[in-house]
Amino acid sequence: MSDAIRTSKELVVDPYSIPLDGNFNVAQSHLFEQNAHWAYFERLRKEAPVHFCEESEFGPYWSITRFEDIMQVDTNHKVFSSEGGITLGDQDEDFTLPMFIAMDPPKHDDQRKVVSPVVAPINLVKLESTIRARAANLLDALPVGEEIDWVDRISIELTTQMLATLFDFPFEQRRKLTRWSDVATANLEQGIIESEDQRREELIECLTTFTEIFKERQQTPGDNDLITMLAHGETTKDMLERPMEFLGNLILLIVGGNDTTRNSISGGILALNQHPDEYQKLRENPGLIASMVPEIIRWQTPLAHMRRRALEDTVIGGKTIKKGDKVVMWYVSGNRDESAIETPDKFIIDRAKPRQHLSFGFGIHRCMGNRLAEMQLRIVWEEILKRFDTVEVVGAPAYIRSPFVKGYAHLPVVLHKK
Amino acid sequence: MTTVTFVQFSGETKTVDGDNGDSVMKIALDNLVPGIDADCGGECSCATCHVLIESEWMSRVGTADDQENAMLDLNPDREPNSRLSCQIAVTDELNGLVVNLPEFQY
Repeated sequence: MSDAIRTSKELVVDPYSIPLDGNFNVAQSHLFEQNAHWAYFERLRKEAPVHFCEESEFGPYWSITRFEDIMQVDTNHKVFSSEGGITLGDQDEDFTLPMFIAMDPPKHDDQRKVVSPVVAPINLVKLESTIRARAANLLDALPVGEEIDWVDRISIELTTQMLATLFDFPFEQRRKLTRWSDVATANLEQGIIESEDQRREELIECLTTFTEIFKERQQTPGDNDLITMLAHGETTKDMLERPMEFLGNLILLIVGGNDTTRNSISGGILALNQHPDEYQKLRENPGLIASMVPEIIRWQTPLAHMRRRALEDTVIGGKTIKKGDKVVMWYVSGNRDESAIETPDKFIIDRAKPRQHLSFGFGIHRCMGNRLAEMQLRIVWEEILKRFDTVEVVGAPAYIRSPFVKGYAHLPVVLHKK
Repeated sequence: MTTVTFVQFSGETKTVDGDNGDSVMKIALDNLVPGIDADCGGECSCATCHVLIESEWMSRVGTADDQENAMLDLNPDREPNSRLSCQIAVTDELNGLVVNLPEFQY
């Protein structure tokens, strides 16, 4: 596999040693894999907060790196369109998956409205005891005092169980959901898939599986699951006639509920290990979990960016963005912008306004599952604190090789009992 | 000075003072009224300061503009008297305003 033979790491160039011109490119996967992107963004924020990169593997694009400028782009959906894709890379032209995150109003609004009630707070209340019981089971089964991979044992397993619950997906086959999520977002150099053909093949299998479930739920509606909602929603009940749209929305829900929460669960462990004083504060006052959860989501920023395309010439931060240009909002940078957030590089579990971060985006595309994500993190931390004095990180984390999904492939830990 | 009464979903009420020109959202936050999250800080872009205007105040408070409508539309619990409290600036005319808080913010 390409991943296996990629043994030498690419050299990371000091961002202050190169000219800040049109070749300055922060969208390089290896920077994220080596956790070396921070200084690039710091320089951009200070010296060129709205910056045009003329050439990259994704073509030319603008980087927006300050909190306020990102807010301005994110809230102006009339000028900054989501049609055609919301990540740096364009979709495979022969295999385009329409999904509402990558649509503009009114279609976006119609489709989002159908599925958003499933993650409405009133429904989350019903899910809480299930999530807690599953988290407790997982944590109780973990070996104490020996090295384990937190990512695989907890972060992936817990989010996958949650997804299976939301879809009412066959529980014993739940790791298929993880696989489809990984396949959908992987770039070829990660080694998760060998080719675009393989990606298509596996995603078609996802479509086939869910088509069967959809047909079942048309006949026999489930209690409150996402597929039942799609199968009976006014604007989505005929979605099987538009299979690519069905698949697109499935992938959106699978990826949206998977990578992001997974990497925030891992990120919280790493953040507390890097800030032992905060870990001590938490042990002494578990009530701080409420403000720690949004702080984890800010500190981790599990999606590094969202992309838009300008529908007309417009000025942001004094720079003229031309109609048709790609515009990348680097949430990962805005969340570390000291003009908006005090001592942003520090992880502080009792910040004054912890929910004022960019990780969920703002405006009409704001994360639909934000409350679900927060609830999952809250429960997992409540259950961790009941059982373990410390979840100790015992080795270097392996970071994901992507400028989009910002997270961890592995995180070695040892558990210490309370 | 204008007073605003916040009615919690539980029925509990709290009446507080605000300065003219301040938003209902800011008045709630300044007075530690629970139930308003205000994630975006008052930019009409997160819809977590949702309130339901008491009917007799509807005409004086007025209606949402396009941007606010777009954000309110994200909320499956939207009602005809739904507004985002960051978009309502208090004036003498709104002295005594009563707003109800929803069970949840999204």
